[in-house]
Order: sequence, then C-alpha cells, then structure tokens
Amino acid sequence: MPEPLRNLSTPASVENWQTAGFGLYVHWPFCQAKCPYCDFNSHVVANVDQSRWRAALRAEIARYGNELSGRRLDSIFFGGGTPSLMEPETVADVIEAAFSAWEPASGIEITLEANPTSAEARRFRGYADAGVNRLSIGVQSLDDAALKLLGRLHSAEEALAALKLARGIFARVSFDLIYARQHQTLEDWREELTRAIGLGPDHLSLYQLTIEDGTAFGDRLRRGRLPGLPDDDLAAEMYLLTQDICAAAGLPAYEISNHARPGFEGRHNLIYWRQGDYVGVGPGAHGRFTREGRRLATETPLQPGAWLEAVETRGSGETLRAEIGPEEQAGDYLMMSLRLAEGCDLGRLASFNAWEPDQAILETLVGEELLRLDSGRLRLTGRGRPVLNAILRELLPDG
Amino acid sequence: MRAIDRVASLHHIAPMTDLAHIRNFSIVAHIDHGKSTLADRLIQYTGAVSEREMKEQLLDAMDIERERGITIKANTVRLEYRAKDGETYVLNLIDTPGHVDFAYEVSRSMRAVEGSLLVVDATQGVEAQTLANVYQAIEADHEIVPVLNKIDLPAADPDRVREQIEDVIGIDASDAIEISAKTGQGIEDVLEAIVHRLPAPRGDRDAPLKAMLVDSWYDPYLGVVVMIRVMDGIIRKGDRILMMQTGAKYTVDKLAVLRPKMTDVAELGPGEIGVLTASIKQVRDTRVGDTITHEKRPCAAPLPGFKPAQPVVFCGLFPVDSNDFEALRDAIEKLALNDASFTYEMESSAALGFGFRCGFLGLLHLEVVRDRLEREFDIELITTAPSVVYHVHMKDGTVRELHNPADMPDPTHIDHIEEPRIKATILVPDEYLGDVLKLCQDRRGIQLDLTYAGNRAMVVYDLPLNEVVFDFYDRLKSVTKGYASFDYQLTGYRADNLVKMQILVNGEPVDALSVMVHRDRAEARGRAMVEKLKELIPRHMFKIPIQAAIGGKVIARETIAALRKDVTAKCYGGDVTRKKKLLEKQKAGKKKMRQFGKVEIPQSAFINALKMDS
Repeated sequence: MPEPLRNLSTPASVENWQTAGFGLYVHWPFCQAKCPYCDFNSHVVANVDQSRWRAALRAEIARYGNELSGRRLDSIFFGGGTPSLMEPETVADVIEAAFSAWEPASGIEITLEANPTSAEARRFRGYADAGVNRLSIGVQSLDDAALKLLGRLHSAEEALAALKLARGIFARVSFDLIYARQHQTLEDWREELTRAIGLGPDHLSLYQLTIEDGTAFGDRLRRGRLPGLPDDDLAAEMYLLTQDICAAAGLPAYEISNHARPGFEGRHNLIYWRQGDYVGVGPGAHGRFTREGRRLATETPLQPGAWLEAVETRGSGETLRAEIGPEEQAGDYLMMSLRLAEGCDLGRLASFNAWEPDQAILETLVGEELLRLDSGRLRLTGRGRPVLNAILRELLPDG
Repeated sequence: MRAIDRVASLHHIAPMTDLAHIRNFSIVAHIDHGKSTLADRLIQYTGAVSEREMKEQLLDAMDIERERGITIKANTVRLEYRAKDGETYVLNLIDTPGHVDFAYEVSRSMRAVEGSLLVVDATQGVEAQTLANVYQAIEADHEIVPVLNKIDLPAADPDRVREQIEDVIGIDASDAIEISAKTGQGIEDVLEAIVHRLPAPRGDRDAPLKAMLVDSWYDPYLGVVVMIRVMDGIIRKGDRILMMQTGAKYTVDKLAVLRPKMTDVAELGPGEIGVLTASIKQVRDTRVGDTITHEKRPCAAPLPGFKPAQPVVFCGLFPVDSNDFEALRDAIEKLALNDASFTYEMESSAALGFGFRCGFLGLLHLEVVRDRLEREFDIELITTAPSVVYHVHMKDGTVRELHNPADMPDPTHIDHIEEPRIKATILVPDEYLGDVLKLCQDRRGIQLDLTYAGNRAMVVYDLPLNEVVFDFYDRLKSVTKGYASFDYQLTGYRADNLVKMQILVNGEPVDALSVMVHRDRAEARGRAMVEKLKELIPRHMFKIPIQAAIGGKVIARETIAALRKDVTAKCYGGDVTRKKKLLEKQKAGKKKMRQFGKVEIPQSAFINALKMDS
C-alpha cells in the first residue's frame, strides 16, 4: 500500500518547493517508430550504445547530486521516447546512481513508461528487479483499428496481455488511453472506457487527442486530410462523460487528464503540478529546482547526439540555466496547480510576493461557476475544468 | 510699378522661356497601363536624370503610392527637349493623382496644362478610371494625344484598342502613337507629338500676376512647397503675394523648377510651371485651385472653378490601446498639416473610448490616411464603419449634417433624411455583366445607361454613396474576377427611407457598430451583420446573444454558444515553459480586443462585420 499523500499545509519555515517534494526525470529519447500525434522529443535510431548512455546519465546525475546534496529523493520517472527500450541494466545503473546521489525517501516511487509490445513486456521483470515499482503503460486504445490509426505498433490483445503481466510484477500499474479520436462517437468512447475500467486499474491517464504542429497529424490536418475529428462540443461531452464514468467507478480525476483510486496518484507528476523541485537528465529534459534560495530552470539539447557529446566533452548536458523570478514562479504555480483537483493554495501563491489574481475577475469566474473558492484554495468546478486555458488567460497577469 | 518690373527683368539670370517654346501636359492612364514608366522614359530621354538615378520610378514619392501603384500628390517635372526642327522646347509634365477620390485635385492639375497624353495598354484597352480622367482632360479643353503602350507584348491588339478609344471615348485615334515604355520604342515620337500636336500656352506677361496653386506639400527641409502654374504676369523671388481665396499674404523666399531636381530660378512667367516657398507654416494654409497674385497689383478676378475640400466619407479612428490616444492625436495633427482635405474632430464612443471622427475625400483617401497613421506613427487603430454625410431635415425646418450614426437625433423630431447619390460608371466584359447588374441592383442602384463597345459593356448607375463606400469595390472585383473597372462622381442628395440600426452584444448596444440603412434592407443587413459577428467574436465562457435593432425593435438575432473546451490535455514538467508561453501569446491576442461589458470583441470585427458576402 503506498504512502498517503503528504500533508499540503505550508509551514512558513520551509522553502517553497519542499511542500511538493523532489524528483528525478530521466529522458530516454528513442522509439521504434514515431507516432503521428506525438510532439515529444523522440528519435528513431537503429542501434543505441546503451553503455555510453548509461555512463552519460550517471555522470549527469552525479553532477546534480553534488550540486543538490543532502536532499531526499521522492521519485524517479523514466519517460520518453520509449523507456521500455532501455536495457534493464541501464535502468538499474541509473537508479543506483540516483541513490548514491540522494538518499531515497522511504516508499520512493520509481515509474517507467512502457509500450505494451510483447518484446518490451519481456523486460518487465528486469525493470522490477532494477527497482522500478510503478509501470505506466501506453495502451492508448482497446481497439485495433484505432491503434493502427494512431500509428501504434501493438495490438489490443498484446496490450491486455502486457497489462496482466505488469500487474503480477509491479505494485502499481497505470495505463494511458487516447480519446476524441477520428470518427469516434460518444457511445464508442463510453463503451471503450467502460471496458478499460472493467480491467480494474488503480490509475488511468485519459488524454484527448491533441493535434500538435510539427507532427504527422499536424501536417495532415493542415492539408485537410484528417477528417472526422470531434468538434469542441463533442470533445467537451466526451470529457464530461469521462469524469462521470471514472468518478462513479471510484477513479476520480485528481488532475485534468489523470484519474486514480485515492492514494494511487502519480506522485512524480504531482511534483510538477505542485511546483516542487525536479532534476531533468537526458536529451530535451527540463529541470526546475531551488538552490540557495533561487529557483532555476535547466534545459538540455533535443538531439540525442548533441546531448551525449555535451556530457562527454563538456561534463554537462545543460544548454540553458536561468533563474525564474517570482512573477514567473507564481504564474507557473497557478497554471500547474489549477490542473489538480486540490487546486491552487492562494496562500502559497501570495508567498511568491509577485502578483495576485484580479479580484473582480476572480469573482466573475466564481459567479459563472467556473471556479470555486474555499478555505484559501481555488479550484476548478466541473464546468471550469474543460476550459482551463480560457480561465488562465483571464487570471494570469499581462505578459 | 512697370518700371520696377522692367529693371528687374534686366537682371534675371535664366531668361524666361517664351510661350512658343513651352508645352505643358499631363498623362492620363489607368493603373498599370504604364504612366510612370512612360514618365521615367521621357525624363531619361531628355537627359534630365542620369542612368544611375533612374533606378526607380521618380515621380511617385510616398511608399504607399509606390505600393499601390497610384499617385496621390500631383508632381511635376520640367524637361528640355531639342526637337527635330532644331528648336529647344521646355516640356512641363504634371503627374496627376489617378483616383476618383482626388477628382478635384485632378481637375486643377488639368487646368494647369494644355494637353494630355492618353496612355492605354494595348493589351488591355480602356478602363473606367481612364474614362473619368480623360473626360476631365476634355473638359479642360485639352488637346489629347492617344498613346498605345506595351506594343511589344504578343497580346497587344492596337487596332482593337484604337477602335475602342474612338467608340468609348469618342476621340480620333487614327494617329495614336504606338510605343513600349518598357523598351523605349516610340519615345521620340511621343516627344515630337508633344511639341507639334499640343498647343503652346497663352498668357500676358505684362498683365497682373495670376497663377494657380496646383498642389502643395510639406518638405522637411524647405517647409511648405507650393506648385504653381503662371497664367499671366511674372512672379519673382522676394515678391509679396496674395492668396486670393484665403486672403493670406506671403513673401516669396524661393522660386524653382523641378528638373526633377529642384533648380532655383529668379522668376517664372506665363505658361511656366514651378514651385515656390514663402514661409508658409502648414499645408492646411494652402488651397488647391487658389489664385496667387501680387499683393500690390492684384489681378481683377480669381481663376474660376475653386472649391474648398469637401470630405464625403467619415469614420471613427480609435487607438486599440487607449493609452495611445495622445499619440494618435499627435499623429493626426501632423498628418493633417500636410493634407488639407482630411478633417478630424475628437469623438468619444461608449464602446471604444476616445478617438477621432475623421472626414475623407473617399475610401482610398481613408485607407491611405489610416495606413500612414499605422505605419509611420506605429499606432494600432480600430476603424469604425465608414459613413457618408446625411442631411437630416428636422420638423422645425432646420437641416443637420449627420457624420456619425451615433449622433442621430431623436427620430420623432425628424421630418426626413437625405443621402448622397453618385453616378457610377462600370466597364465590364459582358460575361460578368449579369453579376454586376445584380450587385448594383442589390445596392439600391437605378440603371441609367447600358452600352456595348466590342465585348465590353459600359453600365452607368445611380447609386446611394452609402452603398458604395464600404465594400462595393471589393465585391465588384470579386464577382468580375478583377476584370471590371469602376469610377464615380457625386451627383447630389435625395430623400429616402433611412433608419439607424443598432447592434447589441450581450444586451448592450455597441455604438461603434451602429449603421444607417435603408428601411427595406434593414432586416437583410441586420441578419448579415449578426451572422458575421457570430463568426468574428470568439466563444466566451458564457453564451452571448447578438441582436440587430431599430429603435427598440429587434430585427435579427444570433447567439454565440459558450466556450466548451479549451484545455491542455498533457502538461508535465517539460511542458511548463512552452504551455505558459502559448497562454501568454493568446493573452496578448486578447489585447487586440475591446471589452464591452463582459464581452471581448476583436478590433477587426468593427470593419469585418459590415462586409457582405453577397
């Protein structure tokens, strides 16, 4: 049984980030194929010299370990790309490096994103042996035709088998589904989601298909070759239906697109949404952490080769390190925290000493029943959740 | 007096050219028919400008003029040509504005010269705009020399175009000169024709000074520069002069001719065209068409035909950012210094805050001024619906001029309203004639004439100016695929059943969207506007009713549904920066909107709401 969520109240004596914890993000940028909807940093490469990558990731972790010594590590997250293409030895090496850099918190969460092909499923045991205790599986759909449209390499049957296998191995298993797909009706989605819930997950990430620029879908949409996407009204219906079905099944949304049985929330991602500290290693990984009272943002090169070379020759994969001022911190916190069901702690927002949301706008939004304000917390209502961006445009200060 | 004149004349440096050796002319042409290229060729041929200086078209000065291929300000150049007869002639070319908005300015320029070159593209034929200007030339008793340009192109059909000139314009085109301004072919023939076919100017050098103010502009180094054509008498540097219409008196500081570089001269005599400066503060102090004479020995009567500038189209200009109001005021004041035909007064709109109600000679003039304000002064503007000037006849017998629908008096006190009408001439290939007739009919037009010249039809319509000021020209271009040409002149006022239509957004009237409409067309117009606004106003977090109403009566209604979905599906650690930047960008986009109660209306909506698709 995982630990209960940390108490959220903010003692004045601690640094801001400490209310949300400290995590390590490891980016594995390689994929077997590029999915047409994906705008994450992923690269299709035939042969990856994993021993070189292992060494580089270890070096980066050690560098941050020196810089942020004495911390307790709450979470490690292997994201990608496709981390389930990593050799279990690589994963074990990275975890070992992390544990020698920082003392792991008791009950540390170690998540790995996995694709459910049978080849990858064969490595699940090895990941568990390396220390991974939470698997997040990219099921995406339970329908073979839809999987094909989404450019996925696995079948629904493989996905179900991988899920079953993972549950026997890992204490916690989550899976992702993509909905509001081409030609999908409300009834189609109701049926698919009901089947998914029937599989008894303790955590689900349910994403509406978003067409991003610079993806294959983005190109197709521009050329008018992506027919049958739901309009905003249908997409809104689908979103509300998702909330209802999941809540009724005991998997309420704790974030815009994430549902969990109470206590099974993904703690790593909570660090992002609660504006904790995180170190990012690997190509394209971002980090945000507090050092000597200053909050810093780090970035690394997107190209795997460029990152590797930077680490090997310069001893650091960072291409950007910048201080984030209080204004920006407050904006980031508002944007991220409103995604959570627990909402935004206005006391904490005020503690950045930057700005506060316009009172009149706040009252209007509360009056429109898009936001709720109680005991110092600002939360989205069920109506407000699907229009969060519009709400943020009202609340964020003028750039 | 006479004695002083004579003494001065003994000392002048460059002797005045005698009348027999002067030719003054303008070039009449449609856009793209090669007016500027021909002017450049003439300058080049006569050696006024070196090869290196010939890089660009010399006569059109402003960026906007160059971009749009139009001339807004008159310009002049003095050429010296040694003709085949062995004599050297002074040729003064006045480049006239080519657009109907500037018809009065054109008419004055035409009065300053004795002849015109009628340049017609031999691949295209006569266009409506050419017609209007050639009629001005005929009215000014010009000798007209037809010139067929672009003769080098395979598509050139000089015989057909010659015939068309005779049919449509009614002048003899048998000895039209065939040229290619591009290659230089026929340029000498043009120069010879100017010398031998155009009349020399007439004038009496002993008579009191009588000169026409052809145009004026502001030069950053010289101040206000005035272009003049001397009719009678002699003007010299140092003379005390009188502007007969304004009554203002000045001392001539500088007298020059443009070759095209400004070259000082001691005096200008009858038939000559040149420029002067006289410590005039503002272009506004000068009036195109005014008569310049000597203060001490004035001429008996001013030149006929003077008209003060009369704006016919009005619209509101408001800064997008209300903090820019003072900047807009400065910019408008600066611009007005150089444009006497543009009027402005402060206006306050409940919807748009403080701005200016501005009057223009026409739509092109409006666009040019707006473009210059935005470009040269870097102020983002909201332009409200253009309106014409209505004559509102009150029950008490008084008449009010209505420039702005927002100022409409209480209808119960109104007896009737008159609107300005125009005579529109449209030339169109006959395959598009049906669409053109429908368009004119839809705009409350009354057909006056319909004739054919070859496969082209010429239709003349009586139309309310109100129906034309907005998007008539755009619609005409679109229904004829750009093949129609259009011109108009104001004909007068006529009473009609006109009402003010209001637009209510979320129950609140938006004054900047009020328009005057004909009662019979109000429903259709109202429906079109609310439908358009439904597209133009983005969804909000609540639903928004949009209504068109006359008085208290709603005649059309649409509802913008509430925004239902706008949320980022995935937002994790690596997304923070990117997603927040996106929101900030969108938020900056919101700044281009105006807040009405709870509703934000994009600035472009104020103009686009009026555009009709059919």
